Amino acid sequence: MKELYSGNAAIAQGALEAGVTLAAGYPGTPSTEILENIAKNKEIYCEWAPNEKVALEVGIGSSLAGARTLVTMKHVGVNVAADPLMTFAYTGVNGGLVLISADDPGMHSSQNEQDNRYFAKFAKIPILEPSDSQEAKDMVRQGLELSELMDIPVMLRITTRVAHSQTLVAAGEPVQREVRNYQKDAKKNLMVPAFARMRRIDLDQRLEKLRDYSESTPVNKVELQDKKVGVITSGISYQYVKELLPNTSIFKIGMSNPLPMGKIKEFAAAVDKLYVVEELEPFMEEQLQIEGIDLVGKELFPATGEFTPELLRQKFIQAGELASDSTEQSFDDLPPVPGRPPVLCPGCPHRGVFYTLKKLKLMVTGDIGCYTLGGLPPLEGIDSCVCMGASIGMAHGAEKAVPELRGRTVAVIGDSTFMHSGITGLLNVVYNQGNSTVIIVDNRTTAMTGHQDHPATGRNLMGEKAPEVDLEVLCRAIGVKRVKVVDPLDLEQLKDTVKTEVADPGPSVIIARRPCALLSKEPEGPAIEVDADTCEGCKACLRLSCPAISVTDDKAHVDPNTCNGCGVCMQVCKFGAMVKGGNANA
Amino acid sequence: MRNPVDVLLVGVGGQGTILASKVLCAAARSAGYDIKMSEIHGMAQRGGSVVTQVRLGEKVHSPLIEEGKADVILAFEQLEALRLLPYLKKGGTIVVNKQTIAPVPVLAGLAEYPDNVLEYISSKVPGSLAIDALDKAVECGNAKAANVVLLGAMARNMPIDREIWEQALENTVPPKFLEVNKKAFAAGYEAE
Repeated sequence: MKELYSGNAAIAQGALEAGVTLAAGYPGTPSTEILENIAKNKEIYCEWAPNEKVALEVGIGSSLAGARTLVTMKHVGVNVAADPLMTFAYTGVNGGLVLISADDPGMHSSQNEQDNRYFAKFAKIPILEPSDSQEAKDMVRQGLELSELMDIPVMLRITTRVAHSQTLVAAGEPVQREVRNYQKDAKKNLMVPAFARMRRIDLDQRLEKLRDYSESTPVNKVELQDKKVGVITSGISYQYVKELLPNTSIFKIGMSNPLPMGKIKEFAAAVDKLYVVEELEPFMEEQLQIEGIDLVGKELFPATGEFTPELLRQKFIQAGELASDSTEQSFDDLPPVPGRPPVLCPGCPHRGVFYTLKKLKLMVTGDIGCYTLGGLPPLEGIDSCVCMGASIGMAHGAEKAVPELRGRTVAVIGDSTFMHSGITGLLNVVYNQGNSTVIIVDNRTTAMTGHQDHPATGRNLMGEKAPEVDLEVLCRAIGVKRVKVVDPLDLEQLKDTVKTEVADPGPSVIIARRPCALLSKEPEGPAIEVDADTCEGCKACLRLSCPAISVTDDKAHVDPNTCNGCGVCMQVCKFGAMVKGGNANA
Repeated sequence: MRNPVDVLLVGVGGQGTILASKVLCAAARSAGYDIKMSEIHGMAQRGGSVVTQVRLGEKVHSPLIEEGKADVILAFEQLEALRLLPYLKKGGTIVVNKQTIAPVPVLAGLAEYPDNVLEYISSKVPGSLAIDALDKAVECGNAKAANVVLLGAMARNMPIDREIWEQALENTVPPKFLEVNKKAFAAGYEAE
């Protein structure tokens, strides 16, 4: 009986069926649920590493020791893991290793939309690209077998639509989990120049063999039908093309590095006109063009953003392959629909921090997490966001380069992100005698991706108790002399502390500590009420961007069902019109 | 040959669209359909718009519904109904919850919540159904069952038998909430 699996749940099932012994990763949309599903079935040892580089290194060790291994991360995580990845391709594997790269075309939940197929080509490792959950599951096993057969790590590249769509999957039986023997082999595993030079040559020989494999693997599948038009496509785009052009010849590429160039040439010769339909970059297209294959690709289909079936329909209509569709209803007179952007939740401990930073008119370098939402109007408490951990280095750089910014700059970083890659930035501030103020917004979890644990929460992915990093002690050990802990719901204390620490000439850390409002099922307190007689309708409370607060007819209102009772609005109202409700939430 | 049906469930994070889509998928599975379901997690959870796409058919390829091709829209909130209305095909059906939830730009006075949303929808979509699911759910004993009231209202226009729906509901919701959800489903199914 087939059942619905998301791509991520299917990959977890695939790991179980293929005899994976160890799985590691760092949370990142759209990859997070893979390890969460693996953790749920308790068959496979799994862990959240503090970052993707460590996760891959753990995976390399597991593979070297002889075990089948899965490592998961979002596309930008592979940037962090790039250092070990590049050389891991040289050493190759003992137990098979599959690296999941979860790309995010359209940037549903990411800061860029890099196409990680280039990463695999750069590292000279094979790529498998599923187009639904069944394929995602099957490709885990194929990837592990291929990894062991060719002595190379394999990238399984999924995209958001594959990761988060649910499609029918036939679950199979697990293979017997076996661990290969470990044998010391310096020429293979000790990458000093003399040995690395040999492995470099060996890698290219392995790639040659992979080319042959790509020509014969069934995941590179020609579906020959009407030969007037042929389409080469991969991943989720295959599903859209199949639906729009059901009678067209399709070459579905399931292994996109190295490409099956021999078969592609045959296919190109068999059809009158060739389209290459690939989401994001012209990865296949460029390689086909080098071979002199005549095709229509990025001149028609955009290289930016996520593909949708209506976008591809419109492009195929433009190219004359589909008749235009005039049956659609017109909604030209649709009234303007205001956007509904994501916002910080009611009771979110981050809200007061950004409200305060904006009031103090500081330059704020930000980081990756829920708190990035604090950069949007009306809070506008963050000036920049680049990548995990960037906030601290950027604040330091700005203050070193432009002395006028000293005493006017703070870095804001979450607890999970600080564990991920903030520590080294702070180390640098101390070492190079900077004067940055770093605010660690410590909500005791990795909130944005759905509340994963990390080294400072006291629990691990397997649900066990774990040692808990003491952030104050850690910062002091690095050499930060001024470490303050504040409650971010106490705006006055927060403001005073920020002012003092920013003015101080040395490095300082402010830990704004309060658990994520969603971690507790209970509200912080009774809902806030508005004393209508006292409210002046000044709208100062609206600057908090709280989903519970509105102003109608010149009076503030607090929705008792939405309000968390955090009380931050009471501190913002100059007239004392916001009052603690009696037992309004009971 | 089962007729393909494309369903959009739209609402605001926290309204229970996910449970409704789970019951829909379970019912469609029992009725023998191939299914694809797509939803985006992440940023969207933080009070943003939530769109779940469910496609049923003999063999479904794309997990995404094309604009102008949805057979059914089930809207948990008026503004979200309006936002996704262009996805409805000519002759498609829509069930709208009368509830309104103002987004932050509206709360902050930076944008206006449009007037007469339900009137606009009924002028565009003959046979559209607007129901007060919250009210009906409260009558059934729990405001949180509004999602199942809406599901019931949609279910009667779907080519899946009522018994299959009820079985799917039983298999999906926790036993202690089953009674109230059964009532909520019936209230939606029989809504005028």
